[in-house]
Amino acid sequence: MSAILPPAERLWWKHPLDRVEGTWIAIAFVWCMVMFFMMVYWHVYGRQNLSTETYKTTPEQFSAKAQAMVDAYTVRTETSMQTPVVAPPAGSDIYMIARLWNFWPILELEKDQTYRLHLTSMDYNHGFSLQPANINIQVVPGYEHVVTVTPNQSGTYSVVCNEFCGIGHHMMVGRIYVK
Amino acid sequence: MASIYRTCPRSGLQFESNAEKLMIANAVAAVVFLLIGGILAIGVVLTRWPAVHWLEADTFYKVLTAHGIDMLIFWIIFFEIAVLYFCSSTLLRCRLATPKIAWLAFALMVIGAVVNNIAVYQGGSSVMMTSYVPMMAAPSFYLGLILFAVGALIGCFVFFGTLVVAKRDKTYQGSVPLVTFGAITACIIAVFTIVSGAIILIPTFLKSVGVIEHVDALVYRTIWWAFGHSSQQINVAAHISIWYAVAAIAFGAKPMSERVSRGAFLLYILFLQLASAHHLLADPGMSTEWKVVNTSYFMYFAVLASMIHGLTIPGAMEVAQRQKGYDKGLFEWLRRAPWGNPVFAGVFISLIGFGFLGGISGVMMGTEQLNMIIHNTIYVPGHFHATVVVGTTLSFMALTFYLIPVLFRREMINPKLAQWQPWLFGLSMYFFCLVMMGAGTLGVSRRHWDMAFAGNALAYEWPGAAYLMMGLVGIAGLGAIIGGAIYIWITVGSLLWGKRLDAGRESREPTPIPPTAPTLAVQSYGSLGFAAPGTFVLAIIFLVSFVLYYFINWKYLSTLWGLS
Ligand code: HEM
Ligand SMILES: [Cu+2]
Ligand SMILES: [Cu+2]
Repeated sequence: MSAILPPAERLWWKHPLDRVEGTWIAIAFVWCMVMFFMMVYWHVYGRQNLSTETYKTTPEQFSAKAQAMVDAYTVRTETSMQTPVVAPPAGSDIYMIARLWNFWPILELEKDQTYRLHLTSMDYNHGFSLQPANINIQVVPGYEHVVTVTPNQSGTYSVVCNEFCGIGHHMMVGRIYVK
Repeated sequence: MASIYRTCPRSGLQFESNAEKLMIANAVAAVVFLLIGGILAIGVVLTRWPAVHWLEADTFYKVLTAHGIDMLIFWIIFFEIAVLYFCSSTLLRCRLATPKIAWLAFALMVIGAVVNNIAVYQGGSSVMMTSYVPMMAAPSFYLGLILFAVGALIGCFVFFGTLVVAKRDKTYQGSVPLVTFGAITACIIAVFTIVSGAIILIPTFLKSVGVIEHVDALVYRTIWWAFGHSSQQINVAAHISIWYAVAAIAFGAKPMSERVSRGAFLLYILFLQLASAHHLLADPGMSTEWKVVNTSYFMYFAVLASMIHGLTIPGAMEVAQRQKGYDKGLFEWLRRAPWGNPVFAGVFISLIGFGFLGGISGVMMGTEQLNMIIHNTIYVPGHFHATVVVGTTLSFMALTFYLIPVLFRREMINPKLAQWQPWLFGLSMYFFCLVMMGAGTLGVSRRHWDMAFAGNALAYEWPGAAYLMMGLVGIAGLGAIIGGAIYIWITVGSLLWGKRLDAGRESREPTPIPPTAPTLAVQSYGSLGFAAPGTFVLAIIFLVSFVLYYFINWKYLSTLWGLS
């Protein structure tokens, strides 16, 4: 009755199981349940859960909203590209555009304040990879993803694109300051 | 195409002539693509090694696209078709159904693979194997994949047809062997997989030729992963079947319990497909409930199945060894295992690496919230080189070493070197995966040409440890490439120059499998009334590592920005 021959008993589902198997199945089953309920538990008691708030959008609609924020709250510009640095009020809706090949604008946030961060892509898929915290979110064209964020440490954060988006992919970095 | 059946004098297996030729053709095509993919791996790895940074950016992305597709799709699926024919025609000792159609399938697969490869090398199709829309490749890129998939689908139906032939010709009695049962699992999943692939690749092809205007980016990702992820489940079912087969071949091991092992395969059929959701955990659009239920295979039932196989396969080996008298203490059975036999060593290294590296990391990544700390980092290729290279590829390599005398009828050239191959390939792959996961834990991106962001005013500076890890990725990767080259050298060399071996007795009629004599159920050796106490201890070590690693990641997550 080797694994490459037909089993001797036709009714294989009546084949007895050894104690070692039964014990292991019970242990493994318990562990599987722990892992399943851990995800549920974290939604109730944990503080890091990815929002699922999503709207359909177009590049025009989204750019208009981002532009309005930039017009209202720009505090300075940085780099030779004159990228605006925007410091919107705590609790507000903030926007970050991902496009070939930059994140726009630069955001300046306050520590321990909560913001509604809107993300979308103008063209291909991009990746929002916040470093050095290492929080990674997919950015999909046509969809506006609203993520509520509460920075808990001040410093300079980079946003690295970590979804392949063409030949300039490795040039695509943005920035978020937390004060 | 009249059938001639030969009984291999070295293994006792009976090969039907058409099936035999098709297995050889598919296996050889597989090895050719492994060779191409392996050459491309040199370019990938020497570019990601920061101190070397070899290829130009556009070449790198092209080479990486081809590496992914040639390895993950062409090498693996050609080999799997050979395995399916083996598990039906050879193990059930019957003729292969519709050999002409099986050759058509093979031809389609070859044409598709070649067309796709040409499209990639021409440039303009460096879209990575995932080819997420709206980034578009040349039409022939998709056309090649579609032709290949149609061929593979036909191959699956030839396999099902062969099962029918065996049943009708009564070449076996009772139920099919466990290994064939596993192959059926793989094949059922394959049909689902290929259909998903068609549903999304056909519209994308039509878009690339201008017939369709728009394919939604999120819909594409959702359906593409029903294809991309499920195809990994084919691999799991296939290589686990091979593990059972090798346990039987190397030790004469019986499954501890047919009910448990087959039940675990059934869990795969029922739940595995759901897990494609774990590729979408960081995406917008899907609800939390959808993510939690699907990513966990509906409460982790497929993980349960893998944990069961992970116990029952070494357990069966242990029982067989203890029956042979290697019964001292917990681990004499393992110490006295045939470590110098590359067929066994390959499978054992594969099994341990798949479980500890691939399994634990996979479940961690597939946890809804934890996914945020690794999504699209180089942790992800670290994980899947542990599953698809240490798990699937190394098992296929081990099986090839078994098949060289049996199916190819050649004496293996350089058996000493073959003894070292699984150790070199397997252990450098272990290390490769670990350092990739290490770099990914620090955030390093996958599919990324320049981690230094040279010339960018906003450049992010990775910690020194990340550079160190990526350098080690380079070194370990080269070790694995040498291990892969040895495999190809031995396989191809044996086929070309190995001494021809005797084909064995031939006949025009198949000899049915005699009914298996009932045996006693496994008795208890070892202690505690456990038939396999050593394996149980290994399993507990596995569980402890799993639990620790899992909660360490939660701990890290809890220190991050609040997200809701
Ligand atoms: C022989 C040694 C191998 C080495 C050194 C190697 C190296 C690598 C590296 C470094 C990457 C990641 C590159 C990046 O994301 O920037 C990669 C990606 C990949 N490898 Fe391998 N690999 C090897 C074998 C294999 C095998 C045998 C398979 C499949 C069976 C495979 C499948 C893949 C796939 C699917 C990708 C992902 C491509 C993508 O992101 O689109 N590799 N490989
Ligand atoms: Cu990008
Ligand atoms: Cu990118």
